[in-house]
Amino acid sequence: MASSDHIIDLKHVSKRFGDKVVLDDINLYIRKGEFVTLLGPSGCGKTTTLRMISGFLAPDEGEILLDGKDISGIPPYKRPFNTVFQRYALFPHLDVYDNIAFGLKLQKVPEDEISARVRKVLKLVSMTDYEDRDVESLSGGQQQRVAIARALVNRPQILLLDEPLAALDLKMRKDMQIELKEMHRELGITFIYVTHDQEEALTLSDTIVVMNEGKIQQIGTPTDIYNEPVNCFVADFIGESNILKGRMLRDRRVAFIKHEFDCVDEGFGEDVPVDVVVRPEDIYFTTDPAKCQFKATVNSCIFKGVHYEMWVDTDTGYELMIQNYDPYPVGSEVMLYIDPDDIQVMHKERIRNVFEGTMVDENHVEMIGGVFECLPQAGLAAGDHVRVEVRFEKVDLQDHQEDGVVAGEVHFLLYKGDHYHLTILTEDGFHIWVDTNDIWDKGDLVGVNIAPEDLKISRSDEA
Amino acid sequence: MKKFLAQAYIYLLLVLLYAPLVFIAVFSFTESRVLGNWTGFSTKLYANLFTGDMQGSSSLISAVENTLLIALIAAAFSTLLGTVAAVGIHNLSARKKQAVTFLNNIPMINPDIITGVSLFLLFVFLHISQGYATVVLAHITFCTPYVVLSVLPKLRQMNPNIYEAAVDLGATPGQAMRKVLIPQLRPGMVSGFILAFTMSLDDFAVTFFTRGTIGLDTLSTYIYTDARKGGLTPELRPLMTLIFLIILVLLVVINVRQAKMKKTV
Repeated sequence: MASSDHIIDLKHVSKRFGDKVVLDDINLYIRKGEFVTLLGPSGCGKTTTLRMISGFLAPDEGEILLDGKDISGIPPYKRPFNTVFQRYALFPHLDVYDNIAFGLKLQKVPEDEISARVRKVLKLVSMTDYEDRDVESLSGGQQQRVAIARALVNRPQILLLDEPLAALDLKMRKDMQIELKEMHRELGITFIYVTHDQEEALTLSDTIVVMNEGKIQQIGTPTDIYNEPVNCFVADFIGESNILKGRMLRDRRVAFIKHEFDCVDEGFGEDVPVDVVVRPEDIYFTTDPAKCQFKATVNSCIFKGVHYEMWVDTDTGYELMIQNYDPYPVGSEVMLYIDPDDIQVMHKERIRNVFEGTMVDENHVEMIGGVFECLPQAGLAAGDHVRVEVRFEKVDLQDHQEDGVVAGEVHFLLYKGDHYHLTILTEDGFHIWVDTNDIWDKGDLVGVNIAPEDLKISRSDEA
Repeated sequence: MKKFLAQAYIYLLLVLLYAPLVFIAVFSFTESRVLGNWTGFSTKLYANLFTGDMQGSSSLISAVENTLLIALIAAAFSTLLGTVAAVGIHNLSARKKQAVTFLNNIPMINPDIITGVSLFLLFVFLHISQGYATVVLAHITFCTPYVVLSVLPKLRQMNPNIYEAAVDLGATPGQAMRKVLIPQLRPGMVSGFILAFTMSLDDFAVTFFTRGTIGLDTLSTYIYTDARKGGLTPELRPLMTLIFLIILVLLVVINVRQAKMKKTV
């Protein structure tokens, strides 16, 4: 049951463009007066979500509720929301006043009231005395203020902002962030904000919704999202992080980089593979051998303004990023420790590749859009449905797509201290996860091979 | 010397280009029936043109009326059709857009005579009796691509979110079209209209093939028939001069508008 303080509810919302699933079963609620940010890389579905709320797109499945009532039948011009568009979208043939008054004139608001409201909202965005200016003569920042004023003057219940600051330079962006935050406080209405800039999201929001590939990854306050990311994607996307393979030994005890650490996480079970996130500012230097948990050698040190960014090689062969106010010379041996509080343990999303396949003959299996050679399979006949498991490190990537059984591209990559964890997206839309020591870049085209002995084939349960 | 030659060349070219026009304009101020005989300065031909006091004047005047009316109707309809088509084309995917733009360009490059004959055959095939309506339809057909071509760049310059912004602010799709889209496209539509108007005025081949046998004449077909009857009506000289001036003014208007547009962008 939607509680009464929800202004917007998205229930099981899905959207496809052609064959491509852009949004996959999105469930989300937004409270009245909240500043919510939809955050994610381009193509994650955040703008699609916003456009469905504003009414420019209709969901294929699921429903969108406003105050508990389905609004799918209401066209955008009747919804009590207004949008600030990415590239301002001011009307070039109208001056500042007429741009802002556009909505009010359509509602046939009396002229003197329009004039009063326009003046008031111009004051709110600190653009008093700009009424008669031609919008194209304004700077980017000023145009954005007019766009915000034009939306706010209609007193919407929700202000939708689609990457409104993306076109501004850094300094201007920072100033506008603070002003937006103040406007939100002053007006008390709901803001739904879309951005790919994690810093902007952390600065502005009450709640952040992290999205990737059409799915919600995590919903939480900025501090939750930063300190307790639920998976590698969130940890990597928000801020800098060291993401490492680990093993939960028992409650409050975790092993990674071949050392054991105390932590505060419980309930994972004993001896369970996990992923561990340590923020680079949470690894501390010490001179006290009693506090030292592990040793490392500094291999690079770069001044970043407020802090120094250092890469160190641990005595066990892992690379870690550390941020610290004081620099340590390259080549020096340092003693390091991590607070139990600062170790974030995450469930592994997957521990090996699992593919659905079909036996072609006893030496070949068809899966993920290709036919792979396998060891002779006793008891399996051609046409049998099978489940194929492949360990991450057993997937063999080729420089040339034509050298692999299936072709794909590097879609996402994570550095895990001593190896890379890649997500390969095949031409047929399958995901293959690969652990490798070779260096690849996002977008690299690769061929995928798997040696016959590395395919673990079993009869599919469903068959 | 080199510079002098280069300049002389361009002036020679201009003289050759404009000599026939100047020739006609000069001889529009003399009464002689035969072109080339100067029988003293006179504005009588101009007066005849406007009072209708001349031989076969009614058919000349009606040809002028037909020409203007057809041009106006054709330009108006093709502006409407072309604008709507441009909006549609603009919203296609890149690939389809390229294909449709290519199809749009073919009729413009296609020789008039082919357009004329094929329309003629089409009308015969469809059993449409030819006359005023078929000429107007034919003119709309060959004018529309020019409008599409002058509106498309305006759409390309336009912020793609502007229409949605209007709808978002409470405008119905119709209001958004009237209050935001049309004002943005107006310069392109006006240029397209003027272009279509001049193309229609200018046309001979297409009109000739689609006017049927009811004796409908536009200026161009009138002159053609008149010239075949032996000798051009002297009043054509002032008429040509006037038409040339009108077209000149229209062209200047288009160019000034385009220059202005470039400045504001």
